Amino acid sequence: MATTDTIIEQEELQSNPGDDWSGGKPPFRATYGKLMMWYFLLSDAFTFAGFLIAYGALRFSSPTWPVPDFVFSTHPFGDSHLPLIFVTIMSFLLIISSVTMVRAVQEGHRENQKGIVFWMIMTILGGAGFLSCQAWEWTNLIATEHMTMTTNPFGTHTVDGVYIDDEHGHAYEAGAEAETFEAGKSFLIHKVENHDTGEMEWVQRRFKYTGEDGQEHISQQQFGPAAFGALFFFITGFHGFHVFSGVIFLLIICVNVASGLYVKRKNGNEMVEKIGLYWHFVDLVWVFVFLVFYLL
Amino acid sequence: MGHLSYEDSKKRVVFGLVLLGVVTLVEVFISLFGKGHIFSGVENIRWLLYPVGLALIVLSLYKAYFIIFEFMHMKYEVGTLARSVLLPTTLLIWAVIAFLQEAGAWKNSREKIEDKTIEPAPAVEEGHGMLNSQLDEDVYIPTLES
Repeated sequence: MATTDTIIEQEELQSNPGDDWSGGKPPFRATYGKLMMWYFLLSDAFTFAGFLIAYGALRFSSPTWPVPDFVFSTHPFGDSHLPLIFVTIMSFLLIISSVTMVRAVQEGHRENQKGIVFWMIMTILGGAGFLSCQAWEWTNLIATEHMTMTTNPFGTHTVDGVYIDDEHGHAYEAGAEAETFEAGKSFLIHKVENHDTGEMEWVQRRFKYTGEDGQEHISQQQFGPAAFGALFFFITGFHGFHVFSGVIFLLIICVNVASGLYVKRKNGNEMVEKIGLYWHFVDLVWVFVFLVFYLL
Repeated sequence: MGHLSYEDSKKRVVFGLVLLGVVTLVEVFISLFGKGHIFSGVENIRWLLYPVGLALIVLSLYKAYFIIFEFMHMKYEVGTLARSVLLPTTLLIWAVIAFLQEAGAWKNSREKIEDKTIEPAPAVEEGHGMLNSQLDEDVYIPTLES
């Protein structure tokens, strides 16, 4: 207790808050632009928190929920399933672009135009790479796995059982070995073209299970909680939109640095610092989107 | 703003990159471990869900702390600025608690509805309506008189 008090006293002596608030200078010792960027980011943090808490509440209230390592196990390098690997690569892209942004800000303080432009281009490449990965992820979910805002083909088994249909909805021949599954196992309901009508149709495979009454029942795959699709597209879409706007602003500021616009201001390239704050925030939000959507 | 020399701050950036990368890899490893991808069968141990979840949340919060204080230079800002930005976010702690509590109630309601749908309708004598006593208290029955 005594030590903390001394530290606080020392801090107060150093910063002299009375002086800061007596007028004539910025009390937070930060420029207006930087301060307002911080408050914008604070408000944005609340928006994202609202989204993520809604996700948590809806997930928690549903009896089953798609397992992330099953849903996010695809990647553009082949047909094998590698849980979470692709999204880890996306995270690394954002972390690396955050680090290159720190370098750009450091060069900004030294008024080194060439250094700023180089590191900002690296940052833009990282952001563009992240967006490309996200575009692939969305395309895969929409076009291949047919997830929409209202339909969630990722279901979860609630009982142990054995399939009696194959993946095209045709019943297995009697005596043929069908796959068994356990309760809690995830599945993807496929959309398959109907040969007669030529239209795409959902195939909810039928399965046999032994009920609590000890008798055998036949049931079929049920769709997963409908909210999953809307939550996924809204939250990752909102984050992706932040990355996209970040890339646009980085481009504009990079061009301005290269043209020497900020040299005249002689403020250590504060504009680079402000977009840097925004860019780190985008990385910060991804830490939580990654946690909530993919890791937990 | 730089309290470190240029060379030192460059080293600090490399350290940050390695730190965030390693923490992310550890998170992915813990998550895959919890889902039974590293040792199969782990996913069925119910109580393990909590330490795994807690570890992931703590590591993510550490990453957030590092990004804010190191990359966003919050530790070089005046304390009043840092507090005015960071203290409001503590309201979110309550939001998380309240909404998860609420979600538990929604879950109970859903299960109640499920139970009622599965149960066969109570047998009713011919010529009579369903008796009030056969219904749950919270079922509203419209009457002709009203």
